[in-house]
Formats: sequence, C-alpha cells, structure tokens
Amino acid sequence: MKSPRALVPIVIGLLLLGGWEWFVRSGRVDDVLVPAPTQIGEWFWSALRDGSLASATWVTMRRLMLGFIIGAAIGIPVGALCARSSLARDTIGIMSLGLQTLPSVCWVPVAIIAFGQNEAAVLFVVVMGTVWAVVIAVQESVLSVQPLYLRAAMTMGSRGWHLWLRVIFPAALPGVISGLKQGWAFAWRSLMAAEIFVVILSGFGLGSLLHAGRELLRMDQVVGVMLVVVGVGLLADLIFFSPIERWLRRSRGLER
Amino acid sequence: MPAHPSSESNSQLTLRNVTKRFNGRSGLVTAVEDISLQVKEGEFLVLVGPSGCGKSTLLSLLAGLEQVDEGSIKLDGANVVEPGRDRLVMFQQDALFPWLDALENVLFGLRLKPGLTDAERTEAARYYLDLVGLADKEKAHPHELSGGMRQRVALARSLAPNPRVLLMDEPFSALDALTRDQLYGDIQKIFTQRKKTIVLVTHNIREAVCLGDRVVLLSPNPGRIRQVFNIDLPRPRRINDPALATLAADITTALSAHLAEPKEGLV
Ligand SMILES: Nc1ncnc2c1ncn2[C@@H]1O[C@H](COP(=O)(O)OP(=O)(O)OP(=O)(O)O)[C@@H](O)[C@H]1O
Ligand SMILES: [Mg+2]
Repeated sequence: MKSPRALVPIVIGLLLLGGWEWFVRSGRVDDVLVPAPTQIGEWFWSALRDGSLASATWVTMRRLMLGFIIGAAIGIPVGALCARSSLARDTIGIMSLGLQTLPSVCWVPVAIIAFGQNEAAVLFVVVMGTVWAVVIAVQESVLSVQPLYLRAAMTMGSRGWHLWLRVIFPAALPGVISGLKQGWAFAWRSLMAAEIFVVILSGFGLGSLLHAGRELLRMDQVVGVMLVVVGVGLLADLIFFSPIERWLRRSRGLER
Repeated sequence: MPAHPSSESNSQLTLRNVTKRFNGRSGLVTAVEDISLQVKEGEFLVLVGPSGCGKSTLLSLLAGLEQVDEGSIKLDGANVVEPGRDRLVMFQQDALFPWLDALENVLFGLRLKPGLTDAERTEAARYYLDLVGLADKEKAHPHELSGGMRQRVALARSLAPNPRVLLMDEPFSALDALTRDQLYGDIQKIFTQRKKTIVLVTHNIREAVCLGDRVVLLSPNPGRIRQVFNIDLPRPRRINDPALATLAADITTALSAHLAEPKEGLV
C-alpha cells in the first residue's frame, strides 16, 4: 500500500514538470516571463554553488526561529494568564483576538517607523505575527480543559503550580501545539513580508533574494526562491509539528 | 430508626441542615435539602437512592469541591471549604488522566503525599494495581483499557494515598460480578485494617448491605434523607451470605413502600 501512495504524487509531479518544460521550449511563451523548470534548476544550482542560497536561508531561518521562540515565550504565559483571570481575558484576550486578524504586513510600517531599517524591525514583525495566535490558542485550550480533571487533581492535593504543570498544561497540550503551529505559519508569512519590505544592509534573507530577483527581472530566481520558501514551510511541518501531533494523538488514543 | 446515638464530639464528619441548589438551564434545582448526618471516624456509610436524588452532589460537598448554600459541613470541627488530601474522591465518571499511563495515574496522588521515598511510592502504586488485578497493565494508557479496567485503575488511584476519608461514587458499577465480589472482600479488609472512614454511593442494595455499617436512603426532588438502616452483621461479610440477602430484601421492601412508584435501578 505504501509505495503506490508515495509514487502517485511523484509521477503526477514529473508529468506536470515535463509538460511545463515542453510548453516553454515550444516557444509559445516568453521564457523571461515564464522560465522553464530547467532554467529554475540552473539558477538553483548556481545559487547553491556561490553560497548565496545557503546564506540567505540561514539568515531567514535564524530570524524565524528567534521571532517564533520569542512569540511563543510571550504568548504561552500571556494566554495562560488570560485563561485564569477574566480581567486579562477582557483586556489582553480581546485585544489579541483583534490583532490576530490583522494581516502581519500591516506591522511593517509600524516596525520601520519605530525601529528603522534594521534587524529589530524584522524581529518585531515576526513576533507580532506569532504572539496573538498563540495567546488565543493557549487561552482557549486552557479554558476547555475538562473540569473533572481539575476536580480529581485537587482532591489529590494538587494546587497552584503543580496543578498548572501536571494537569492543566498536559490536558491543554494538543490545543497549545496546534496554536504554535498556527503561530509558526503566521511567523513565516510575516517574516517574508518583513524581508521584502524592510531592506536591510546587514543580513540578506530569502525575502531579500526574492526582492532582488524582482529588481533584476529574473523570474527564474523569483520562482526558485518561492519554491525554497514552500520547501522550508513543508519541512518544518514534516520534521517538527507532524511528529509531535502524531505522538500526541497516539498516546491519547485519538488516532483514526 | 435513628442513627447510632452519638455525641458530636467523637464524630468526624458532621453535616448540619445542609442544602445545596443549582441554578441550571432547567431553573433552580434543589439537589439536596436539609441533610443532617454524622459520620464517625472509621465508619462505613453507604448512600442509596434513586437517580438524581443528590448522592453525587453530597459527595462533592463533602470533598469541598462545592460549597453548601445553607447549613454546614465540618470535619473534626473545622468547616469544609476546599478539597484536601485527607478526603479522596473516586468519581462516578472515570477521571483518569489520558496523558499518563496506569501506573503514573496511580502515582499522581502518591507523589503529592509527603514523607515517602520514590521507591515506596512506586511500590505502593504497584501493590494497588495488583490488588485490582491490573499488574500487567501498568504501562497502558487509559484509552487502551476497557471501561471496567479504567474503573479499577481509578479505584487503585483513590486507595493508594491511603486517605483518612474515602468518598466513592458507584466505584463498582462497571465491573464484572467476579471482580466485584473479590473487591468487596478487599475493600472490607482495607477498611478494617486501615481504620478508614468511607462514604460510598451505590444503586445496589446488596452491595450496600455487604459493605455498610449504615445505609442511608435518600429520596429525590429535593434530595432528603428518608431512612437510615443500621447493618450489624459481622465482618468480613460475603455477598452470598443468606443473612445479608434477607436484610437486603427487607431494605428493598421498605424502600419500595417509601417511594410511591419504585424507581428503576434500585434492585
Ligand atoms: N452542576 C450542576 N448544575 C445544575 N444542576 C445540577 C448540577 N449537578 C447536579 N445537578 C442536579 O442536582 C440533582 C442531583 O444530582 P446528582 O448528580 O447529585 O444525583 P445522583 O444522586 O448522583 O444521581 P445518579 O444516581 O444518577 O448519579 C439532579 O437533579 C441534577 O440535575
Ligand atoms: Mg451520581
């Protein structure tokens, strides 16, 4: 069962690429506007060889990780606070709900005015993109922890920090993880927005590479970088979030 | 017939004119009304009564998980206002933590008990898992256990920390007859050896007579005490004992007479 299922997307993908290649080579479109897969491949290969792709990816990943970790480190305790206190929920909680719907590009002008064209501005945009989604997810999943678990734990003498760490947090973990996943997706989007709009001298990320491709009218570079961006997002999901979610589902018998 | 004549001084749990109302979706419900009861140290009290007569509510009040609207509940003279490790509850629905395996579930309460080494805690947890016949399931998570097995783990979890007062809400309802009969013996042994105070809820009159020093019959709408039966049979009692069966039949008859129409689940 396993190999045919893995083969299907590969075969279909290869067919599509072949069709695309043939279409561009047949001269029906201008290959400056629509580069053929082999042209993108050539750019990819040269960018790999001169190291520009690796260094851009590294710069971007570092910003993403840092911004995501800061966003989660703020979002988790603030979300827990919102679940605990109705005052926090009515203030920070409602504010988070509103700001969560704000497209993260909107933070770019704020960041540039407040910090200037620098690393801090990029980080600010990523953190703003992450934190609200995490706050909302943590608040909601803590609020929906079954009261029966709390009652049982309390009669066994669990209170305060013990109750939070040993009962509330494990019970809310599935919701927290999906909130982090959402926060990660938002962080990724906002980082691309920031890198495209905030032109920094130091640190040339994937977004800047994309931007440079546009200025040079290099469609092969633009499409190539876009593919790398998709690949990074997919990889993060495959090697980080999916295994955690699978483990959570399996250990609690939620697997279908 | 009245309860054991007892002065309040040596009685451990004292309920005086306890009333509890819930403001639910279907309006104001008086779950229990004007309940006065004394449970002595080392007494085995059984609550019986039709569904919805406030048995679980009464246990929650004793546990300190809910607050009385009127009256008072005292433990050793002090008002019960919050849950405490001295009063463990085994809930009607199994409240096992799905993120822990069976052994860790049993260890949860033991870990919160001071003055034990980790080895002693693990040993105690294993002992009680073995007692309920689940020694080979210690690594299983709740979803990998059957309903009856989960109930047995919950039973082990409530027994393991050895609380002074044990509040049990239909602890044996999901068990097969064989396991149940064995546990009747074990509970009585623990009860007499460890000098515990137990308040147990059941729908099974025979079980009530087999286990209880006193059986309190409640009636619904609102939940009130209808009658209290003293059970003076010698321990250990066996569920198949004919004397026990006769007494259970008497109580069932009395119960049917009390309730205009006998409610289901009370035989
Ligand atoms: N949290 C609550 N909110 C509203 N009403 C409640 C609540 N808890 C209990 N009640 C009501 O109080 C009454 C007593 O409920 P309780 O659970 O104590 O019954 P019980 O004797 O344990 O019944 P059973 O034998 O079916 O378990 C019922 O009418 C129930 O609807
Ligand atoms: Mg009940």
